[in-house]
Amino acid sequence: MKYLKYLAIGILFGIIMTKSEAISWYRIQEMFRFQAFHMYGIIGSALAVGVIATQLIKRLQMKTMQGEPIDIKDKSMSIPRYLFGGIIFGLGWALTGACPGPMFTLIGNGYSVVIVLILGAMLGTYVYGLLRDRLPH
Amino acid sequence: MIEMISQPWPWYVSGPMIALVMFLLLWAGGSFGVSSTLRTMCAIGGAGKQAAFFNFDWKSQIWNLIFVGGAVIGGYIASTVLASPDNLALSQATISDLEALNIPFDGGLAPEAFFSWEALTTVRGLIILVLGGFMIGFGTRWAGGCTSGHAISGLSNLQLPSLIAVIGFFIGGLVMTHLLFPIIF
Repeated sequence: MKYLKYLAIGILFGIIMTKSEAISWYRIQEMFRFQAFHMYGIIGSALAVGVIATQLIKRLQMKTMQGEPIDIKDKSMSIPRYLFGGIIFGLGWALTGACPGPMFTLIGNGYSVVIVLILGAMLGTYVYGLLRDRLPH
Repeated sequence: MIEMISQPWPWYVSGPMIALVMFLLLWAGGSFGVSSTLRTMCAIGGAGKQAAFFNFDWKSQIWNLIFVGGAVIGGYIASTVLASPDNLALSQATISDLEALNIPFDGGLAPEAFFSWEALTTVRGLIILVLGGFMIGFGTRWAGGCTSGHAISGLSNLQLPSLIAVIGFFIGGLVMTHLLFPIIF
């Protein structure tokens, strides 16, 4: 029962990602070729609202539904991990036209072969776990 | 009403709605970051035996798996009950660029030419799905987040590490699109 709210938010997310066409391989290509404002508008307006929401949560010390404090963790500073990890993800993002959220939504859209993409992403995560101590963080 | 929602949503509706999802997840006691579910799925599969990175209390992350399960259902609803009758309105410049790479625009969300099971029998299809997926999984975990965790959640919290990660996302994306696409396709 406590998971039901996450299911509902997930359904909303899947609908938003599909109707916004942010899960579209073509839209991601359009973005990386700077040929439309669409994706930049989505990310930019999400951020504009997101910054205000995050500031309000922190300033007003808002609580969760269960009455616990909302804890938004700061990320620890580093350059190589974010830059190199980010670049590798960016290569995969442009090639597949999908980031992790859209991967799942694409399956619901009938692109069942994206299961292979998710298995590939799990394999990449697994290999990262094996190599983690040897990578700069 | 259904007819109105079934139209493709403009960016100024979509973006704030994504921020709403982030807010709802925080309010529910979770957080908005999808790529960490990949780590959870590896842990459930027993990867903790080989790497300590997967030795964690994955049961505390079940809520996020339920969330992505919802994202699958949402995608199904959006493509059936709320299906848009029109082709994707891709810009002509992108259509021309892709045609030059022999990637025809088919009007759908993703090219059937390599988002189908038949495509897996081709080298190109395998590269896109398996290698592309690998880079997504490896890169997001190294960077500690993806578009949701860094570009939306992290930047909303004005985190410099997330800005570095997003700059990395774009360097990788631009290199793939402009330098590697002409070689791969």
